[in-house]
Amino acid sequence: MALLTNRESAAAPRRSSRYSRDLIGIAVILVFAVLGYLLFPNNLALLTRITAIALLVLSLDLVTGYCGVATLGHAALFGAGAYAAGMAAVHGGITEPVSMVVIGALGGAAAGLISGLVILRAHGLPQLVLSIAIIHLFHEAANKASSWTGGSDGLSGIAPDPLLGLFAFDLWGRTAYVFGIVLLLAVFIVLRQLVRSPFGMLCRGIKEDPIRIRAMGGSVQATLIRMYVISGAVAGIGGALSAVSTQVVGLDSLSFTLSAESLVMLVLGGTGSLYGALIGTLAFMWFEDLVSAANPFHWLTMVGVLLIAVVLFAPRGLFGTASALAARLWKGRP
Amino acid sequence: MSPIFEVEKLKKSFGGLAVANDVSLSLASGDRVALIGPNGAGKTTFVNLVTGNLTPDCGVVRLGGATITHLDAMRRVRLGLVRSFQVTRLFQDMTPQEHIALAILQRDGRSGRMFGSFLAMPDVMSETNDHLSTLGLLELADRKVREIAYGQQRLLEIALALALHPKVLLLDEPAAGVPQSDTGRIEQALAQLPADLAVLMIEHDMDLVFRFASRVVVLAAGQIIFDGSPADVTRDAHVREAYLGSYANARSVT
Ligand SMILES: Nc1ncnc2c1ncn2[C@@H]1O[C@H](COP(=O)(O)OP(=O)(O)OP(=O)(O)O)[C@@H](O)[C@H]1O
Ligand SMILES: [Mg+2]
Repeated sequence: MALLTNRESAAAPRRSSRYSRDLIGIAVILVFAVLGYLLFPNNLALLTRITAIALLVLSLDLVTGYCGVATLGHAALFGAGAYAAGMAAVHGGITEPVSMVVIGALGGAAAGLISGLVILRAHGLPQLVLSIAIIHLFHEAANKASSWTGGSDGLSGIAPDPLLGLFAFDLWGRTAYVFGIVLLLAVFIVLRQLVRSPFGMLCRGIKEDPIRIRAMGGSVQATLIRMYVISGAVAGIGGALSAVSTQVVGLDSLSFTLSAESLVMLVLGGTGSLYGALIGTLAFMWFEDLVSAANPFHWLTMVGVLLIAVVLFAPRGLFGTASALAARLWKGRP
Repeated sequence: MSPIFEVEKLKKSFGGLAVANDVSLSLASGDRVALIGPNGAGKTTFVNLVTGNLTPDCGVVRLGGATITHLDAMRRVRLGLVRSFQVTRLFQDMTPQEHIALAILQRDGRSGRMFGSFLAMPDVMSETNDHLSTLGLLELADRKVREIAYGQQRLLEIALALALHPKVLLLDEPAAGVPQSDTGRIEQALAQLPADLAVLMIEHDMDLVFRFASRVVVLAAGQIIFDGSPADVTRDAHVREAYLGSYANARSVT
């Protein structure tokens, strides 16, 4: 009994330290956001794009990092959100930006449900192949339905109303940037809750040993499908943000390339951690921007070299390796 | 009393090797049965077959009178048929506390909750700690499984099965790999189980078998060759032959 009370009081500081870690995370995102705004006032469009892609990579982390699902078709969820929001504006006359984001989330969730139902039928390499098939099917469907999607010309003419009726989407992209950061923060806070919840724990269990989860009476398939739908909503918000901020939606948002790149960003940052997803996105897109400006012909080579270096020398990704190092230094202290 | 758990004419062969050959067995509530047999007799395969981890070639499994042969492993667990694994299956990056909490939440249908940590659920925490302390794991509650000794992982494997509140519990060599000094904890935990629970324990340690079981079943080469009281098992000619046979084989191999 004495032991029991000991344990319970020991758990309390641990819990509060977890929440303070969340607050630090939120603060760090905010600091980066403000720095970006101040340092690159002429590059807000790029920063907003990074924010939208960060949502895609976070979404991918949910199924790949937390559940162990292998996919090279995750842009399907992002693109579905982008097209849903874009078509709602162009064909449905829904140009209120928050409503567009909600529609994007729903579109992404629907695409997540469809992808999940297909992809989760297989494991390992066959799963990867199914995911590639999915992204090509989505891409082709958007291409063929050109009267709705604009086909290869892209869906243009998206003209969102001012945000909250007050802030117009300006030429410099200030409103879009702030909108994006607010969306990212909101998603981040919700996902921190999610990955710590019993559901998040169940997902981590499934990633490591689905047979054990079944032996506990857990439903592997139903859990993964739910996570896929949530992941779809997150990617869909990213897609909608992209539609609102750039005011066009192109087929590239539903492409294999974007799917593969998002996986690269996740691995670069470190799978299975929300911070890893954010850091990977930022590092990749910043590096891409830097190198493609310096050397437009060989930037892909450089990205390749960077990736090989990370996989060889920091196999847990930038964040995973850094936090492992920090933990070791901390332990080494007297 | 009608049996809570019944297996009828279970058959399974891998290639040409029959690992379950017309195995029939039934347990009543409160039974404490030991399943013994030489290595490779098909004991683990039997557990895999009845829990739905393997599909039998033919045969019927019933739980509480209802046929469950067509149900998948997950549904059988939800109906109260719980097993432990001979080779531990645990989550290396999770703590013992997280394991037990997850089992409790799963059992109560709360594992789908998407907000709040179990650390903030007092009922889950106190039950988790009870289970951990029963098996002497409370000190290790916050360590990652990869950091704790194998013997203690074995104990966690058992705690996990108990936390699911089974009606029928199948333990696959619970004491294997546990240091002698800790096997007492397993016996203690088993002694504390609800009286109406049916337990089938696979075990090589005959001392443990004799202390635990009121009935012994012997499996050899996929067939039940003995089913009776512990007192009779050592006297049975077939059993001796099966064990002697396997010892003779072992000797001829080495
Ligand atoms: N999935 C499988 N595929 C092929 N053969 C298998 C498979 N599983 C088990 N076997 C074989 O079936 C036989 C019975 O194995 P099983 O693990 O059930 O024995 P056991 O009685 O549990 O032995 P032990 O006491 O060593 O745990 C063995 O010969 C084993 O090699
Ligand atoms: Mg075995």
